[in-house]
Amino acid sequence: MTVRIAALTLLFGLSLFRTADAQTVPLVADLSNHLVAITTGFTGTDVLLFGATDGPGDVVIVVRGPSKDVTIRRKDRVGPIWANSDALALRDVPSFYHVASNRDIAEFTSERVRALYEIGVENLKLKFIDPLQPDDVQKEYADALIRLNADLGLYNLENGKVSLLANRLFRAQLHFPANVPTGAYEVGIYLFRNGDVVSGEFVPLIISKTGIGAEVYDFAHNSAPLYGIFAIIIAVLAGWAAEAAFRRR
Amino acid sequence: MQIYLPIAEMSVNIFLILGMGGLVGMLSGLFGVGGGFLMTPLLFFVGVPPAVAVGTEANQIVASSVSGVLAHWRRGNVDLRMGAVLTVGGFFGSTFGVALFSFLRELGQIELVISLSYVVFLGAVGGLMFYESAKAILKRRGAPAGRVTSSARGPGRHTWMHGLPFKMRFRKSKLYISALLPLAIGFVVGILAAIMGVGGGFVMVPAMIYLLGMPTQVVIGTSLFQIIFVTANTTFLQATINQTVDVVLALLLLMGGVIGAQIGARMGAKLRGEQLRVLLAMIVLGVCLKLAFDLVVTPSEPFSFGGFGE
Repeated sequence: MTVRIAALTLLFGLSLFRTADAQTVPLVADLSNHLVAITTGFTGTDVLLFGATDGPGDVVIVVRGPSKDVTIRRKDRVGPIWANSDALALRDVPSFYHVASNRDIAEFTSERVRALYEIGVENLKLKFIDPLQPDDVQKEYADALIRLNADLGLYNLENGKVSLLANRLFRAQLHFPANVPTGAYEVGIYLFRNGDVVSGEFVPLIISKTGIGAEVYDFAHNSAPLYGIFAIIIAVLAGWAAEAAFRRR
Repeated sequence: MQIYLPIAEMSVNIFLILGMGGLVGMLSGLFGVGGGFLMTPLLFFVGVPPAVAVGTEANQIVASSVSGVLAHWRRGNVDLRMGAVLTVGGFFGSTFGVALFSFLRELGQIELVISLSYVVFLGAVGGLMFYESAKAILKRRGAPAGRVTSSARGPGRHTWMHGLPFKMRFRKSKLYISALLPLAIGFVVGILAAIMGVGGGFVMVPAMIYLLGMPTQVVIGTSLFQIIFVTANTTFLQATINQTVDVVLALLLLMGGVIGAQIGARMGAKLRGEQLRVLLAMIVLGVCLKLAFDLVVTPSEPFSFGGFGE
């Protein structure tokens, strides 16, 4: 994380310097929507990212969801059955991680640069809470974490598409599936020239529940015992009403 | 049409959930079981986190049991006294069960315990039921006229159970037995109900028939009666301790479920007892085999998120 912050600070300073120097901004970008509302009918959504550069270059977009601690468990054979045996916990894992670019990232970046900016799932710096595990074990669990998240559509293994127009304008559809975690997202846009980042911009995105769904969630978490009683009353009434409706016929 | 479930935090097809509720509700009306033992695995299969499936299922069973018990109540097929004793046992059992559930969840072993409980109980109950009712059907078909075909289990049978203290008279069930017996049954079924996300009817009904010796016509009504209170307790505790009761999901399931239960109850009146039981036994054994197979077969993905429902 510290390396990433250092990189971002460097980048920020770089872009400030360039802005002042050239009187032009090398990169501007924005989202069609800064707030994704998860309503009762939510089935996933697309947010349009658009922007312009001050000349030719390659554009890479990295979308990161809010970080959280995660435990990964592994099943082993115990007698005839498979049961969870070992587990490793990881700290501050992005709950969502998607990358998009205008062409194959390996064509215009070095491995070092990708690692520095954490571009691509294989470059995510995953921190294990127990650091004493051997490297191969950590790698096994890290791979599993990426695989599991990719299966849920929360990580993408294949980069998404950024469309470049006349080497100036770019746009990309950022897709958020129905199971997208809520919280504060960070959309990073990097402009690459000659294998290095020349400019970067970060656009915040909030994903939150609204409407009845949000109220039910808040009710269930903030006044849990009352919610439990409410759930029972609804069930009793519904059961009674259904029986009464059928009895009359 | 998709709907977002606020507690499960996922989007599901509304008609799929209604259909599942309807199908399981029909079986529940037909057999007088809560139907949770089918619904909970179905919910896992649809991708609902196991903790939410179990908590929500308890809530739904409250509704389907209320709906189911009313008809039995009017026909006088509820032994209130027996129901009350079973409920007391079930209350303690389900409270203990929810605590055990939270503990196992932290250990990461709740899924295994759920699956193993299903395999053991469904296997035992389904096997026993299948054997008994298949035998009864074969006897009826093969029996020459005039041969006595009644089972060996008469009301006059005397075992160690009848030597236990705290005897109570259960007039409606025509029983004079120790209160410890239904208390213990209620307790054990309460634990199962909380851990497996079921009403426990599939264990309770055979236990009432084969262990307590209750007459068949009061068994289903009394079982449903006590299930209401045990699952209400489970709902309250799961909502309070684990926040895993999804009211939206429960409402959808019970909308399908209560309608299905009415249809099932009507169908049940036209079918014979033994045939019903063979059918239920086969469904129970089917679910059991599927779960046992999943436990034994090498998993395609040995890793899983340990957060469990988060």
